[in-house]
Amino acid sequence: MSDNTKITLEVFRYHPEGTGQTASKPSYDRYDVPFHDDWVVLDALNWIKDNSDGSLTYRWSCRMGVCGSCGMMVNGEPKLTCAAFLKDYYPKVIKIEPLVNFQVERDLTVDMEQFMEKLESVQPYVIRDDVNQTDDGEYKQSPAQLARYKQYSMCINCMLCYSACPVMGSEPEFVGPAALALGHRYNLDNRDQGTSQRMDRMMEHEAVWGCTFVGECSTVCPKNVDPAGAIQQAKAASAQKYFKKFFVPKGAGK
Amino acid sequence: MVRELTAVFIGGYLVFLIVLLSKLASGKQEFASLIQALDSPVSQVLHLCVLVAALWHSVTWFNLTPRALPIFIGEKRVADTLVAVVMGYLPWLVVSMIILWAISEDWFASVPN
Repeated sequence: MSDNTKITLEVFRYHPEGTGQTASKPSYDRYDVPFHDDWVVLDALNWIKDNSDGSLTYRWSCRMGVCGSCGMMVNGEPKLTCAAFLKDYYPKVIKIEPLVNFQVERDLTVDMEQFMEKLESVQPYVIRDDVNQTDDGEYKQSPAQLARYKQYSMCINCMLCYSACPVMGSEPEFVGPAALALGHRYNLDNRDQGTSQRMDRMMEHEAVWGCTFVGECSTVCPKNVDPAGAIQQAKAASAQKYFKKFFVPKGAGK
Repeated sequence: MVRELTAVFIGGYLVFLIVLLSKLASGKQEFASLIQALDSPVSQVLHLCVLVAALWHSVTWFNLTPRALPIFIGEKRVADTLVAVVMGYLPWLVVSMIILWAISEDWFASVPN
C-alpha cells in the first residue's frame, strides 16, 4: 500500500448549541484519511481531529478495548472503534454514527445518563447483611465460585449491547442487557447477600421479562460477556422466586 | 433475528391445528374433506415452509439452551455442544421417534380415504 492511499470516512455531525446560523441540524461530513493497515477507526477519527477538523467530538480513552468509551455505529453496526480496523472496510466509505437508542449530545457522543440510572437500579455491587471488620479478613471465594460469574464480570459498560438490542429501540424503559447481566453477576457471587433486593428490580416487566432473547447483545459484545445468556438465567431465577412464595411460608428461607 | 420471524409460521400452524381439531370435532365427513382439500400444491408448499421454519426455530433454540442453562463441574463449564445434545437434540429425537412410531402404526390406517 503506497503512503498516500486514502480512505473516506462519512461522519455524523450535530452541534445542538447556538441559534440561527450556528445551530446545526444533524448532517454528515466526509473526510479523506490516510489509510494504514494497522489503523483502526479511532485512529482515523483522531487524525481528523488533529489535522482536519478540531471541532469533531467523540469519546475515547484507552485504545485497547478496556475502557469502553469509544463505542460508535460503524457502517450501522455497534463497535468499539479502537477494535474496528480500517482494512476490513477498505476501499469502501466507512460511515461513523453515534450509538443508536441513545440521545445524541454532540457529534458522536451520546447521553449516558439513562444507562447509568438503569445500571444503578440493579445495585451492581456486593451487598452484605453483615460487614466484616478488617481484622476478620477477606470474604473467601474458591476458583469454582469465581468461575460461576466471571464471564459476566468482564463487562466494560461500552453500551454496544444497548444499541444492538431491538427491544431497547421499541421500549426505552427496558433496563437493558449490560445492567441486567451485571445484576446477575452479583446474584451469582457467593460473597453477595443482596439477591433478594436486587431481584425486586430485575423481576419487573421492563427488566428481565422485557427481553425476548434475540441475542444481538451477545453478538456485538466485545468482551464475550453474553448478556443474553445471563438474562435468561435471571429469568429462570425470577420464575423460581415467584413460585417459591406459594410454597415457602412468609419470612422463612429469606 | 430470523428465529423471531419463524414464530409467525409456527403461530400460523397452531391456528391451523385448532381448525383441524374443530373439524375433527364436527365429524368424520368434515375432517375427511379438509384432509382432501389439503392435498394441493399450495398446501404442500405451505407445509414445507412451516417445516423449514419449525426446524430452524428448534435448532437455533436448542443451540441457545446451554447459554440459559450453564452447567458447571467444579471450575469447568460443560461444553455447550454437550448440553445442547443432552438437553435438546436427544430428547427431541426420542420424542420424534415415538410420535413417528405411533402415527405409522395406527393413525394413517384409521383415517378414512
